[in-house]
Amino acid sequence: MEFLRVIDLTLSLNGNPILDHLNIDFWKGHIHAIVGPNGAGKSTLAYTIMGLDGYQNIQGSILFKGRSINGLSIDERARMGMTLAWQEPARYEGLAVQHFIRASAKDKSDHAINDVLEKVGLTPKDYLHRAVDKSLSGGERKKIELASTLAMKPELILFDEPDSGIDVSSLRKIFNIIHTLKAMGTTVILITHSLDVLKQADHAFLICHGQLIDKGDIEKISRYFEEECMSCDHKNVPDPKENP
Amino acid sequence: MDIDQIYKAANLLSTFHDPEAPKLSINLNRVVDSQLTKGLDVDTRETESGVDVQINIQKGVVISRPVHLCFGVTDEQAVQRIKMDIHVEEGAQIQVMAHCVFPQAVDVKHLMDAVITLEKNARYSYLERHIHSQDGGISVIPNARIHLGENARFRTDFELIQGRVGLIDMNYETICAAGSVMEMTAKINGTHDDIIRIHETGHLNGQSARGVLTTKVAVRDRAKAEVHNKLTASAPKARGHVDCKEIIQDQGTAVAIPIVEVNHPKAHVTHEASIGSVDSRQLQTLMARGLSEDDAVELIIQGLLS
Ligand SMILES: Nc1ncnc2c1ncn2[C@@H]1O[C@H](COP(=O)(O)OP(=O)(O)OP(=O)(O)O)[C@@H](O)[C@H]1O
Ligand SMILES: [Mg+2]
Repeated sequence: MEFLRVIDLTLSLNGNPILDHLNIDFWKGHIHAIVGPNGAGKSTLAYTIMGLDGYQNIQGSILFKGRSINGLSIDERARMGMTLAWQEPARYEGLAVQHFIRASAKDKSDHAINDVLEKVGLTPKDYLHRAVDKSLSGGERKKIELASTLAMKPELILFDEPDSGIDVSSLRKIFNIIHTLKAMGTTVILITHSLDVLKQADHAFLICHGQLIDKGDIEKISRYFEEECMSCDHKNVPDPKENP
Repeated sequence: MDIDQIYKAANLLSTFHDPEAPKLSINLNRVVDSQLTKGLDVDTRETESGVDVQINIQKGVVISRPVHLCFGVTDEQAVQRIKMDIHVEEGAQIQVMAHCVFPQAVDVKHLMDAVITLEKNARYSYLERHIHSQDGGISVIPNARIHLGENARFRTDFELIQGRVGLIDMNYETICAAGSVMEMTAKINGTHDDIIRIHETGHLNGQSARGVLTTKVAVRDRAKAEVHNKLTASAPKARGHVDCKEIIQDQGTAVAIPIVEVNHPKAHVTHEASIGSVDSRQLQTLMARGLSEDDAVELIIQGLLS
């Protein structure tokens, strides 16, 4: 079913084209991965879908659940059911973990807040009253970000580099959560250049220089990514020969 | 309106009705309740527009339960002058929670002049929490001069985050002898046309004296804030830090004037100040979870001032 469609999406920042006539169809209930080298435009695509400040002035269109979301504010998009988990989540001086999570939660009961913390592997009594500030490690902060997106029960989650700053055992937990989300019917978009993360997806889109280079099943895309992108010497400029 | 309504407004009914809790309660210029404990001497004198209070904690006495002070004004219009002279003798320890409650105020002025003396090795912690009406006609003008003896520890937290500020003009100055530790924090939430003026000064005069001045202020609508933090360090190994954070929204304005003065090559003072609107990443994260911009700003400010 048509869920999220990016149609001929072009975005320039400071006069540079960062997204270049992208067409991508994200199916409902799947785990999608967007892969590509540094600077390919992956985060920019996520920010543009979420409608962040500075990423609103697009050409083309974005359809979510059949409706154009061009021009909608971030919170309007969120209330339609989508959210974004940042690669480097924000820190909030003095704001307690429980208040941060409760603010986004559908079910605001203590039980529900504890439940999402446990799901991401944090013991509620140790974290509920801590501040979402500098005193948390990068990995802890990332887990709390994830807990708050879980509490929101969104229909679509955009994860920008879910593995950055996460240790191996926690990563397994996060992968489990991603699959649980899928089982619950949530559509997941993983943004990554890690093959481990890529393997969690049902299929993938490879982008480079703001253009869609290839799409398909994970094996095909990881092979392409490993063989072509990792050794790529054309500094992000897609080779027309590789992209017929 | 009686004193119970003040307690109710400040969520203090159980505290002030606890027969064991050490307390002193003042409504405008009358002492309406007082409960002492061993080693704590309190002397009060009612004046025309307030109360003069003398508090002494005897040498070596450690008062384990917090002592609650309530300064209330139930009238809509009044001037309340409180004079406090607090003396903590050598090695004594006390923790005071002061509640300044003006729930009906339309035109109320609350003036506080305090002299606080901590002898050697004494400890004093003072939390002052204000609960104001939603009317902006309140002026709060607290002045305090604090002397810390050798190795004394002093901590004060001033909180005005419930109800309208009106005008606050506070002036606290602490003088620190060798080895003493001072922490002064003020958290104030300004809205409408509130005016916030804060002067916090610390003099780290003795060797190894340490001090931190912290100010957290939010100004929204047309509120104005002016924060003057001054920290001087004049002895070897004196160390201090000034931290001022002000969030401004709407037509609010904020000024931070930190002064750090170091008069000894082995002393060290740092300062950081940040003034600005709510961080956009913080805001956008909460909006991406479905909060409106206003609700997101509110949550961020509540966190900062919590
Ligand atoms: N505000 C901006 N102005 C100009 N260029 C920008 C701006 N923001 C991003 N870019 C550029 O856009 C390109 C894409 O950036 P983006 O962050 O989307 O890449 P990415 O694929 O997420 O990379 P990474 O894997 O390193 O996270 C980069 O070349 C970046 O320098
Ligand atoms: Mg990125």
